[in-house]
Amino acid sequence: MNERISREDVAHVARLACLSLTDVELDAFTNQLADILEHAADLDALDLETVEPTAHPLPLINVFRDDKLGEAVDREKFLASAPEVENNQFKVPPALGEHS
Amino acid sequence: MTSKTLDGWEIVIGLEVHAELATATKLFSSAQNVFGGEPNTNIDPVSLGLPGSLPVLNQKAVELAIRVGLALNCRVQRSVFARKNYFYPDMPKAYQISQFDLPINEGGWLELPDGQRIGIERAHLEEDTGKSSHVGGGGRIHEADYSLVDYNRAGVPLIEIVGAPDLRSAEEARSYVSELRSILVAIGASDGKMEEGSMRVDCNVSVRPEGSEEFGTRCEVKNINSLRSLGRAIEYEAQRQVDIITSGQEVEQQTRHWDEADGRTHTLRSKEEAFDYRYFPEPDLVPLDPSPEWITEIQESLPELPRQRRINLAEAAGITPQEATLVVERNLDEFAIAVIEKGADPTRVLVHLENNLADGIGELTTESFAELISLETSGDLSATQAKTVLADLADKGGDPKEIAAHHGFEAMDTSELETLIEGILADYPEDWTAFVEGDLEERKKKSGFFVGQVMKMTKGQADGKVVNDILLHRAES
Repeated sequence: MNERISREDVAHVARLACLSLTDVELDAFTNQLADILEHAADLDALDLETVEPTAHPLPLINVFRDDKLGEAVDREKFLASAPEVENNQFKVPPALGEHS
Repeated sequence: MTSKTLDGWEIVIGLEVHAELATATKLFSSAQNVFGGEPNTNIDPVSLGLPGSLPVLNQKAVELAIRVGLALNCRVQRSVFARKNYFYPDMPKAYQISQFDLPINEGGWLELPDGQRIGIERAHLEEDTGKSSHVGGGGRIHEADYSLVDYNRAGVPLIEIVGAPDLRSAEEARSYVSELRSILVAIGASDGKMEEGSMRVDCNVSVRPEGSEEFGTRCEVKNINSLRSLGRAIEYEAQRQVDIITSGQEVEQQTRHWDEADGRTHTLRSKEEAFDYRYFPEPDLVPLDPSPEWITEIQESLPELPRQRRINLAEAAGITPQEATLVVERNLDEFAIAVIEKGADPTRVLVHLENNLADGIGELTTESFAELISLETSGDLSATQAKTVLADLADKGGDPKEIAAHHGFEAMDTSELETLIEGILADYPEDWTAFVEGDLEERKKKSGFFVGQVMKMTKGQADGKVVNDILLHRAES
């Protein structure tokens, strides 16, 4: 078991990301992710008490667009790119629950 | 049920309200934000999460979110968008853009009409999801064969208002939601239509023994589509939890689905299967940091809120602010004050606005309304007659006196009434004896009967109160 991240952690994250990994892949990714975390841990050597967390690398704030309607789109074009369509809606496997 | 407790138990309720913001376009793209519409007509590459599409923030949505924050007494602050990751077909990017650790509005409160302040933890911006309908399995989501997705709603701007667990009954929860809706509508942030889903309520419910300081394990109830369902769902869920605890078991933390048809909540998922959303800052959007000048400008543009309007009406009418709730909710408070300022009796003004003008005031003007009420208070028109004239005034406008004359309404003089009543009492001697000898309850019943007879014979022209007085007077002498 790696100190930075466990094989179980990686399996959990993979499951959340809907990835199925083989045992060999699981070992490989555990090592790689541990190395990445190890590298990030170098920052611990610095005193960062007074540094604000960075939300974005660009020195910009408040990038807006006006609330103006764009051109109408052709829904057929979008629907045509879906694997399955019914009643002008995207047909998908059954799913449980609602989000928002 | 209005009691705060179920046999020694206290209900603790915290509500999460999602409201769609009244913009012309979506939160991150120029597709139209409109209810209904043919499936998948208000979409674009951003709404569909197509590869390479990028979100650009709608300034109007931000302004409306700030209006909500200010109206709820929140701190408006620098905020950052975050990705909430999950796989579900209603969100084709496999993540929803929301706000997480840095919401735009934080730490406010909302005052209920009864004066109680309910905490607002945060009110943040996020995008709405698409709409899936489940096909097969008799429409039950658990047994569906497949789902169809319409992305018209995907990307519509939402404000999610997270209330503190300060509510203690179904009634308080309903009052909170209806006050919140009034505020959102008053400030132009949302149309607040629960029936169209532009305002949706998720409800966290737990129970604890009365007097206990600790919170019980909570369940979140989803799929609540009306104020009525909200009350029913809370009462059902609280009872379910009390039953579990009193039978010696433990409440399991769950997300539950309210079923309006069977009046119960059903498990959607339990804590073990709860989603781990792996939030992280949205790299495609820069931070949002409204300037103090902008916030002040928005603050100054806010209209008077329902709370202040209740106070204004209460002062004008000599009632409590709570008693002004319904008239303010119906947006008739300014009209009421104008009529009262013309000298109309405040009690009659409010009675008519609350009970007799449910469909709105129509063609009614402050002048005609004030005159009608003066005819009523002077005794020229009975309450029933006034109601009829009022209906005509709302329908087509006009002069109250002329309308009354047109209906043949004239005040009956008392001696005419006396004669009429004498005749009726002679026709129903047994009922009259029952009235004379009866207790208060019996008298109420019988007086209703006699007033009904009088109204029938006078076609509603008699004043019910005067009839009652005559009956009482005769019974005592």
